[in-house]
Formats: sequence, C-alpha cells, structure tokens
Amino acid sequence: MNRAKVNQGNNLADYHDVWVIAEQNEGKIHPVTIELVGEGRKLADSLAKKLAVVVPGADAEDEARKLLHYNVDKVYYIKHPLLKDFSTEGYALSISELILEKQPEVVLLGATSIGRDIAPRIAGKVGTGLTADCTKLEVDGEDHKLLQTRPAFGGNLMATIVCPKNRPQMSTVRPGVMEKAAYHQEIHGKLEIFIPSLKEEEIRTVLIEKVKSDKKKVNLIDAKVIVSGGRGLKAPEGFALVRALAEKVNGEVGSSRACVDAGWIEHLHQVGQTGTTVRPDLYIACGISGAIQHLAGMSEAKYIVAINKDPNAPIFKVCDYGIVGDINEVIPAMIEAIDKNGSFEI
Amino acid sequence: MKIIVCVKQVPDTNEVRINQETGTLIRDGVPSIINPDDKNAIEGALALKDIHGGHVTVLSMGPPQAKEALKEALAMGADEAVLLSDRAFAGSDTWATSTILAAAIEAIGGYDIIFCGRQAIDGDTAQVGPETAEFLNIPQVTYAKHIKAVGDRVQITRYTEYGDYVIEAKMPLLLTAIKELNEPRFPSVRGIFKAYSTDDVKVWTLDDLKIDMTQIGLKGSPTNVFRSFVPVKEKNSLIIEGQNGKEKAAALINKLTDLKLV
Ligand SMILES: Cc1cc2nc3c(=O)[nH]c(=O)nc-3n(C[C@H](O)[C@H](O)[C@H](O)COP(=O)(O)OP(=O)(O)OC[C@H]3O[C@@H](n4cnc5c(N)ncnc54)[C@H](O)[C@@H]3O)c2cc1C
Repeated sequence: MNRAKVNQGNNLADYHDVWVIAEQNEGKIHPVTIELVGEGRKLADSLAKKLAVVVPGADAEDEARKLLHYNVDKVYYIKHPLLKDFSTEGYALSISELILEKQPEVVLLGATSIGRDIAPRIAGKVGTGLTADCTKLEVDGEDHKLLQTRPAFGGNLMATIVCPKNRPQMSTVRPGVMEKAAYHQEIHGKLEIFIPSLKEEEIRTVLIEKVKSDKKKVNLIDAKVIVSGGRGLKAPEGFALVRALAEKVNGEVGSSRACVDAGWIEHLHQVGQTGTTVRPDLYIACGISGAIQHLAGMSEAKYIVAINKDPNAPIFKVCDYGIVGDINEVIPAMIEAIDKNGSFEI
Repeated sequence: MKIIVCVKQVPDTNEVRINQETGTLIRDGVPSIINPDDKNAIEGALALKDIHGGHVTVLSMGPPQAKEALKEALAMGADEAVLLSDRAFAGSDTWATSTILAAAIEAIGGYDIIFCGRQAIDGDTAQVGPETAEFLNIPQVTYAKHIKAVGDRVQITRYTEYGDYVIEAKMPLLLTAIKELNEPRFPSVRGIFKAYSTDDVKVWTLDDLKIDMTQIGLKGSPTNVFRSFVPVKEKNSLIIEGQNGKEKAAALINKLTDLKLV
C-alpha cells in the first residue's frame, strides 16, 4: 500500500502561511468560511505570515474573488470542471495537491458535514495530524505551535491538542464559534488560479441527486435572538408558545435534544454538542435544564435568559437573567409585557 | 456480501464525572457502552445481510475489556468478532488508530463494505472512518442516512446542511452511519446465549498485523494532548424576583428592553 506517512523529519521552517479552505455550494460561500477568515487573520498576524483562502469549484471565480474583500492576502481558486459538484475524492485530491505544492503552515476547514468528510482524507494524503471541531485556536509564542482547543467527553473536559512534528497543522472549526471577518471595500490581495491534475476515474463516487428540502430554512447560526424550548414544554404543542415569543422578538426557534428525540421538533432546531453551536445576542431557554451538552452549543451567547420551575436547574448557573417559574405563565406574560412596552413607544 | 464494522467501546458520557481538582475523568462506576453511531453501523450491516446474505465481522481496537462491546455485537447477530489489543497501540490518535484498523481490515481481506459510526461520543472527531478509507484507498460516503445495495453498487443518501445528497459508488467502499440511518435491533435471547456462553472473540496483537511501527501508538501519533482542563462556565446570574410570573416577566422584559435586546 502506497500511502503518506507522518514523522518523516520534514523541516518545519519550510512551511508558511495560514490557509482557510472555503466551502461553497452552487457558488455560494458558507458563512463558516468568513468566520475562519476572521480567525485565520489573527493567527497569520501572530505568526507574521500571510493569509490565503482556497476555493475549489468549476464556476466560482466571482465568488472566490469576493473573498479578497475580507482582508485576505491571497485567494487560490482551484478550477476544474470535475469540481462543479462536491465529491470527497475530487475535493480532497485537488486541495491536497495544492497543499503539497505550496506548503502552508496552518490549514483550517469548517467542521461541517462536508469539511469533516474531506479534512481527514486531506490529512491522510499530505501526511499530517488533524484536530476536529476546535472552538479555540492560539499560537504558542515560543515555537509557533498551533494550540487547538476542543471539547471532549461531551464537553465535560476541554483538551488542547498540538501537532508538533508535522506540517501543516490542520484543524476543523465548529461553525458559529469564531467571529466573522469584516468586509472592506478596498482589497490588497490577489487571486491565483490553480488547475489540479484531476482525472475522472479518480472520483469513484457519483452524485445522483441533490434532494432539495422544501422545509423552511432554520438559520440558527446567524440569528440575533433565539428562543429555545426543552422537555419542560411537556408536549409538541408547547412549541406554539415558544414560537409566539420568538415571533415577538424577531428570533428563531431552538430546541434541546430531548424535544428532538421525542419527535416534537426537527433536528435542524437542535442546539448543542450534537446540534448547532450558536452565539446570538440573546438566548432564551424555556424549560431546559442546562445539560452540559446543551450548554456546549449556547454558552457563548451574549445574554442568556433562563425560565425554569426548578430553582436548582443547572441552566441558572450560566444565565444572565433567570426566572423561577412555570413557562405556561411566564411566556404569555412576557409577550404581554412586550406588547405593552411597545405601545409606550407609540 | 462481506461487511466489516468498526466499533468503539466508550464511556457513557452522560455519566462521566470530572475530578475538578485534577481535571481528569472519573472512570470508576461509569458504564461502558458501544458507541451509539457504531450501533447504527452494526444495524446497517446486519440489515444488508438480512437482504443480501453474507458475513458481518465486527472489529474493535481497545483494551481487553472492549471484548464486552464485541460480544454485544455478536449477540445482535454479527458472525465474527476481532479485538485488536496490544500495548503498542496505546495512546494512538486518529491517524494511528486508522493505521491499525486499516492494517487489520487488510488482514481480514476480501471485503465489500467497511462500516463505521460517524463519530464516537468520547472524542467526537469523525476522523477515523475517512482516514481508514484513505489508508485503504477506497471511496467513502459519510453521514449515511439511507443505504441500498444494487448489484455491485451501493446507493447512499447522505446528510448535508444543504439537503440530502444521493450518491452511488461501486464496492468496496467505506460508509459512516448517523442516527437517522436506522433503529438498532436488540440482541435476541439465542444471540445472547451464544455470544456469552462461548468466547468467540478473536484477539489480535501487533504480531498479527503488517504495520509500520513509526505510524502507531503514542510515538507515532502526529497529534497529542498539550493540556486538558475543566471548562469554567459560571456567570453572575441574576434571578429575577417578584410576586408572580407576571411581575417577573414584566421586570425581565424591562431589563431586556433597556439592553435593546427586544
Ligand atoms: C452524546 C450526547 C450528545 C448530546 N447532545 C445534545 C445536544 O446537542 N443538545 C442538547 O440539548 N442535548 C444534548 N444531549 C442531551 C442532554 O444530555 C440532555 O439530556 C438534554 O439537553 C435535556 O434536554 P432538556 O433540558 O430539554 O430536558 P430535561 O433535562 O428533562 O429538562 C427539562 C427542564 O424543564 C423544566 N420544567 C419542566 N416543566 C416546566 C414548566 N412547566 N415550566 C418551566 N420549567 C419546566 C424542568 O425543571 C427541567 O429543568 C446529548 C447527550 C449525549 C449523551
């Protein structure tokens, strides 16, 4: 078996620059890419290196060029007709080819279902370590090690992982965790087109169909306000109350896993370790106990409000404002109070 | 159809407690379970065998206790179980673990499908399946929520954030299962009796595998833990007082309005 190996004594000083592998779908860039660019800039600055974004695609040059507006030094557009649709092998092979040629020091991908599919294959092809689902990245001042911090054991423990002897240092980063890069009118970087040596027979899977879901999109990641319901709602109908409050405050509806498992609401709404990580300005938890796996997904919210009838519920330890009470009484009263406050303004 | 399922025995993270002083796991009394996604992988393999016939091997790397997980898989209906257990494997990261699993899969040989769970609840990396596929040089489809085999091909519906993708590939290939794939069966009484009355789990050590020692164990692992710590999340919480829910709700909304949040 001819495969890449780690620990081959490569000279670490031969590797430069911080790379972000962009995720695009039908020409649209995934928000996590902008988050990674924001984080990548900080890392590149503390390493005194350049920041590059890699965009694989067939017809995505315009989108790729737009990324230069996010204070990026270089955009590599990997262009090939076989990269029109996502395939594990097509993407992993061509990104690996570019990495082996240019030798970046750090490579970041979004920890999406696509990023987590290709990142291990890229690490496997270039022969380096990979750290999954990071929530914090720092550079060790002394030897430029990337300190990659991630939750383990369901968020009970945080582990900082390093990759001391191999390059690039690769991580996938949870969407919603890092702050987005700002858009600038002026640009200073350049776009470079890279044509990979991809062959059709190297892609051994065929995409038959993309099933368009006609369901309303749930956008928890970009929501400024989220109202979430938990098992305390007692029944699927309880979400009517949560929804009513969410509408009043222009928010999205979130959920604990308990309600998803019970079939009261779809998984798309689930917040937490095995759901979505969110960082809204305001998170209102209604009848949610505050299990560590739930907290893992929402503790970075700017303000957390908890409504729970159990004064000892762990959620009260992480909230900014708490109400000990029955949601069936408190939520309607909140809606009423908002209506009243609103009428003052008129 | 010959299927190999990679399973991991994990501590039930719901029950995991942390020693706040040392920042280490308290493993005593924490039950060990088959990793949940891996159970979906076992069920996926057994369901394919139910339709197409064949042979299901369950494969695990771990300490001798991990035999228990493999016995449970045998009781569910797997035909054969192999435990990879050797001091030389200890401290392996995902790279090293995938190297060892791939070597064992090559030693078993003649497979059509390798099945893994998407991720394990202790590490949550989702890396071992794809890295194993890379080392075996076979295609993969991750996040599988529906599987159908037709002739020498498999059609998989895989989850993505953009909607499902239907993907087809020729065997051999590697699949990773998510919870939506199926409802794992319970072991039958006969299965339990058979699995637990005999000791059918084969144990392989380093000597049974063709493996490059520089790529496994603590020393061969490209990544390692620099430090670990217990997250601190306590805040200065304000519990809003009041005569009743209505009063409390009004006070809360006033605060949120002052902060321009509503
Ligand atoms: C591997 C793994 C991954 C997981 N991932 C996630 C995840 O991503 N997200 C997630 O949320 N969970 C996750 N969990 C599950 C998690 O451990 C908890 O079981 C779950 O979050 C509990 O949901 P809950 O708070 O709604 O329910 P419960 O814990 O049952 O809490 C219900 C709360 O409602 C309160 N209540 C009841 N009635 C009322 C009322 N009338 N008014 C006000 N309050 C009331 C109760 O006091 C209680 O505190 C995961 C678990 C595991 C093992």
